[in-house]
Amino acid sequence: MSVRRLDSKQPASFAFTPENEAWVRATVANYPPGKQASAVIPVLWRAQEQHDGWLPEPALRLVANMLGMAYIRVYEVATFYTMFQLSPVGKKAHVQVCGTTPCMLRGSEALVEVCKRRINPEPHHLSADGDFSWEEVECLGVCANAPMVQIWKDTYEDLTPELFEKVLDGFAKGQPPEPGSQTGRQASCPAGGPTTLKEFARAGK
Amino acid sequence: MALQDKDRIFKNVYGFQDWKLAGARARGAWDNTKALIDKGHDWIINEVKSSGLRGRGGAGFPTGLKWSFMPKSDPRPSYLVINADESEPGSCKDREIMRHDPHLLIEGALLASFAMRAHTCYTYVRGEFIRERERLQAAVDQAYEARLIGKNNIHGWDFDFIIHHGAGAYICGEETALLESLEGKKGLPRMKPPFPANVGLYGAPTTVNNVESIAVAPDILRRGATWFASLGKPNNTGTKLFQISGHVEQPCVVEEEMGIPLRELLDRHAGGVRGGWDNLLAVIPGGSSMPCLPASICEDLALDFDTLSKLKSGMGTAAVIVMDKSTDIIAAIRRIAYFYKHESCGQCTPCREGTGWMWRVLQRMERGEAEKHEIDLLYDVTTRVEGHTICALGDAAAWPVQGLIRHFRGEIESRIDRYRAAHKEAAE
Repeated sequence: MSVRRLDSKQPASFAFTPENEAWVRATVANYPPGKQASAVIPVLWRAQEQHDGWLPEPALRLVANMLGMAYIRVYEVATFYTMFQLSPVGKKAHVQVCGTTPCMLRGSEALVEVCKRRINPEPHHLSADGDFSWEEVECLGVCANAPMVQIWKDTYEDLTPELFEKVLDGFAKGQPPEPGSQTGRQASCPAGGPTTLKEFARAGK
Repeated sequence: MALQDKDRIFKNVYGFQDWKLAGARARGAWDNTKALIDKGHDWIINEVKSSGLRGRGGAGFPTGLKWSFMPKSDPRPSYLVINADESEPGSCKDREIMRHDPHLLIEGALLASFAMRAHTCYTYVRGEFIRERERLQAAVDQAYEARLIGKNNIHGWDFDFIIHHGAGAYICGEETALLESLEGKKGLPRMKPPFPANVGLYGAPTTVNNVESIAVAPDILRRGATWFASLGKPNNTGTKLFQISGHVEQPCVVEEEMGIPLRELLDRHAGGVRGGWDNLLAVIPGGSSMPCLPASICEDLALDFDTLSKLKSGMGTAAVIVMDKSTDIIAAIRRIAYFYKHESCGQCTPCREGTGWMWRVLQRMERGEAEKHEIDLLYDVTTRVEGHTICALGDAAAWPVQGLIRHFRGEIESRIDRYRAAHKEAAE
């Protein structure tokens, strides 16, 4: 568990775009009548995406109203689930460095050092230009391609500090690199080529 | 003998081929699924039972038996919930299924739902798997389009496949926490009983299965329980996606036979231990919650549920984390302890307080800044967390620490000795 609180500086209001409002209605319909609270995580996530990657307090109130939930229930969800960012994040990239043991064994601590040097010595703090922020996260489920980071929706895998700096350079220039393995291997296939189903690999190429 | 390609279920695990419906069909998916459904609810459950399939999410509970717990006539709707909240450190297999072979999962979901008389399946994908969720949704859309699923589909069993997602909480991989989260609440596990088969999602009968357990079901039904049961070992049948991470030459995900020896798995598929087999220090055979095993018992180690549990470890998700002799084993387990501290939901005191306490003591032990009697104290505390919580996260936090003490007590003691010697010199 960790202590997570809403940011001290909050915007005056939040409203979904018409497209997102329609999306919310469609999403609520995925659940049985009366069970619209089920949609709270997807809907908060959509609010975060619309609001530059972090969740402001007026959005919690809006979502509570839309889903007929008590505000405290939405607040609980927003503070319990760690992918909800409660403070502003970097405009160009918020870097999630996986630091759990499988990534640690393959050098994630060196990636954290890069973040401390290039972005901010402290996680969840913006870089001087406001373009970047970072945090160390728990296992992202990409262990056979460790170490790795996630930026927005994509993962950047098989990293070294040098390759990671190139990824960050790409985001700084507004030209993010191709997601996935940064050493060019296919998904979680052994780096030397497949040891199984070789015909399928050849046929697919 | 190694598993042959013809017996592999996940033929597109690396995504070399087309993941879409046409590609999946070419690999055998959705081939006369109607004929399987026509054999009836009970036939499917019995076939899965006799295949010996044990749940692939970690606990290894027999899948067919779990399905049989669902009520046969109940005024409430029944639900299948697929657990795609893959978060156990070391595990990275469900991701490959969802993004490269999603139709296996969707077809399996239809068959499992039909067997359990459910018309709706919710798949709970971990929040971080955004691209995987998009891919799975695209495959679901194709299945609806082709009328393989949905209302009035060609299989004659109305079936909706709905994708839900979380937002970063390991605990939601625990089935009742997952249900709470799916109902729009914090992921706090529920007391059992009642079990989900009686009171699950929205208070209705629910079965929660792992992605891999569901995705192998169509092949089992199509090729027969005897085929699946002929692979692996008795009570540990079939094939399994192994995920090899850490200090091997070529980390990878690969489907192999249950019970494959560790050394063979690593040598054949992962290029062996970094620096050679003799450079192995320890292995965590089933994801971070499973106690580590030292190299001395790894030589002929078979990877299956029963062998590993006899050694006081476990098969878990078959996430094999390899550590060579360069590893600071205390630091490696300390980082796992931090993981559980971070992910404890805070509901039960032994886990909420114990996970942080164990992590703090391990931090000191990593530096050697501890007393030797604290090793026994730490072990004692693990036993007061284990088995004293609503869900298994307390156990999962305790076991890796127990494994460390069981097999590497000498390392902790010599670290303490070195620290003392260094500080004695400094004091003099």
